Amino acid sequence: MSAAKAEILTRIRDALGPSPVVPEIPRGYRAAGSIAHDGVVEQFCAHVAEYRATVHRVADSEVAFAVRAILGEGKRVGVPVGFRDLGMPVVEDHGLSVAELDALDAVVTGSALAIADTGTIALVSGAASGRRALTLVPDHHICLVAASSIVPSVPDAVAALGPDAPITLVSGPSATSDIELDRVEGVHGPRVLDVIVFA
Amino acid sequence: MSFKTAARETLQDAQLRRNIGKATTLIREKRLRAVAELPDWERLRDAGEAIKASAMATLPEQLERLEAAVTAAGGTVHWARDGAEANAIVASIAKRVGTDEVIKVKSLATDEIELNEALEAEGIHALETDLAELIVQLNPDDKQSHILVPAIHRNRAEIRALFEQTIARGQSLGNEASAIAEAARLHLRNKFLTVPMAVSGANFGIAETGTIGVVESEGNGRMCLTLPRVLVTLMGIEKVLPSWQDLEVFLQLLPRSSTAERMNPYTSLWTGVTPDDGPREFHLILLDGGRTQVLEDEVGRAALHCIRCSACLNVCPVYERVGGQAYESVYPGPIGAILTPQLRGLDAAPSLPWASTLCGACYEVCPVKIDIPSILIHLRGRVVREEQSKLTPEALAMKGMAAAFATRRRYEAAQRLARLGRGPLAKAAIPGWTAMRDLPEPPKETFRDWWKRERGEG
Ligand code: SF4
Repeated sequence: MSAAKAEILTRIRDALGPSPVVPEIPRGYRAAGSIAHDGVVEQFCAHVAEYRATVHRVADSEVAFAVRAILGEGKRVGVPVGFRDLGMPVVEDHGLSVAELDALDAVVTGSALAIADTGTIALVSGAASGRRALTLVPDHHICLVAASSIVPSVPDAVAALGPDAPITLVSGPSATSDIELDRVEGVHGPRVLDVIVFA
Repeated sequence: MSFKTAARETLQDAQLRRNIGKATTLIREKRLRAVAELPDWERLRDAGEAIKASAMATLPEQLERLEAAVTAAGGTVHWARDGAEANAIVASIAKRVGTDEVIKVKSLATDEIELNEALEAEGIHALETDLAELIVQLNPDDKQSHILVPAIHRNRAEIRALFEQTIARGQSLGNEASAIAEAARLHLRNKFLTVPMAVSGANFGIAETGTIGVVESEGNGRMCLTLPRVLVTLMGIEKVLPSWQDLEVFLQLLPRSSTAERMNPYTSLWTGVTPDDGPREFHLILLDGGRTQVLEDEVGRAALHCIRCSACLNVCPVYERVGGQAYESVYPGPIGAILTPQLRGLDAAPSLPWASTLCGACYEVCPVKIDIPSILIHLRGRVVREEQSKLTPEALAMKGMAAAFATRRRYEAAQRLARLGRGPLAKAAIPGWTAMRDLPEPPKETFRDWWKRERGEG
């Protein structure tokens, strides 16, 4: 044990005294699984749109078409390795350098789940969401959200997620409140966020 | 000081008050709406308070669990008794990496230990990447004024002018906030893509899993946490949460209390090092820096529960008038008034516990229910007792100040506290005040006069 660690732990124990009181934690708030799923898709779409993301609702079979409609022709589009067929040329992320990521016009990924209550999308590093840099460096992110993956609340999401892979919770495009506390889009993360909710 | 200079300062002050007043009014209303949406808000606060208290009561165990979990996930954990030790660890990592520049995510803990200055002395430039921090860093005479929005004292026109003189020299940015943000984006983009090392703070560290959480808006945090080869995170030991499940409480309490949104744009959660995703090296520095000293005070230690949401600043009538810079600390407002004197020692900031009207608004909004008014009164008592026992000239001045505050207004404040249903506090408060009222020294100056003098203006 380092000297610093030993000293800090001793200081803490001395400060707390021999038998510090450990309070019970009253978890009387709305727990995971306690809120019905009714209307979560509508609620999610409404809330994520309030962050100035653009929401598209389509059938599963129309996803590729919707992506192409958003992007138009001639864009350099990145996707995670082995991503679903979009019917257009794409660049798979086999460890693209940051310069290569920066040269992409847009990126299309899936997501792990979404939260209706807050309009939040959970990206979990892996096959569906890609690695973190992929959804960060390009300026335009098109994110696919399966309607069946939308949960009602933050506790539902925390219960479904875990520490095994890095997680990014995304609630709208990049924004800042630093200038007169107005939320304005677009500082460093993707400035345009399209969310395709499919069922 | 010439009249012209004095007048200019006064005018600037008026602008500062207007800017802060406008911003805090706006965010107060927004926060009320965000909180009203959750029917279980009060129960979340109760849980948040208890989780923090339980983490503090079991702190040695939690920190050791955190260290074990981070290490198992491929990270390296360092312990720092004070700021100098933490700064030296960061500097030595930067030297090993061989970089003379690091990118930074807004972090109060690094501001508290003056990391940037320490690195600069070692020839390493620390570049702030948060828009507000950048605004403050670009003007050598400027200082942060708010935990969450450090440039809250600057309005749009001022920021535009600053950028047009610095990072966007020769350009005309126009009045749109988005154009101003774009200038910052262009300025920093290349740095994000090339600098090999980043330094961040942490909003949470989960003992159970070793997961660290950073909550932000702009994406500069994600850039720093994801792109560089080496990531160093400085975390005060009080930021530890025992379990993964605890996130469900704090991810609800924090955004609604701070930016008053349902959720902030980005929250990053990572555990050690992940192959093929993010930094190859992760260092977590656990900082004491006076926190164990705060823990010694059974009443005052609740200040360590703070999750730095800044809700208490936005409702504080004193903060609204004097602005954050007057608190002479990286922690302004009500939380600063109870945290700074405890972190630095009461001797170093004996006046801060008086920077309040005890109106109780800070307690009502605090997402982890820190009873700031009670702690203020408790600290006032400690200051007076400690100073009296010394009977130095400072002690006499302190008595005068104590008396200055023993006014009808304070009595009313006690009644207000009692009405808030905290009888014991009000009762505990009044004898203390009575004692102060009996002090022989008449008030030499009002709080505001004293404040001006302390700030070196007037
Ligand atoms: S004391 Fe409470 S209200 Fe103030 S910043 Fe800390 S957590 Fe927020």
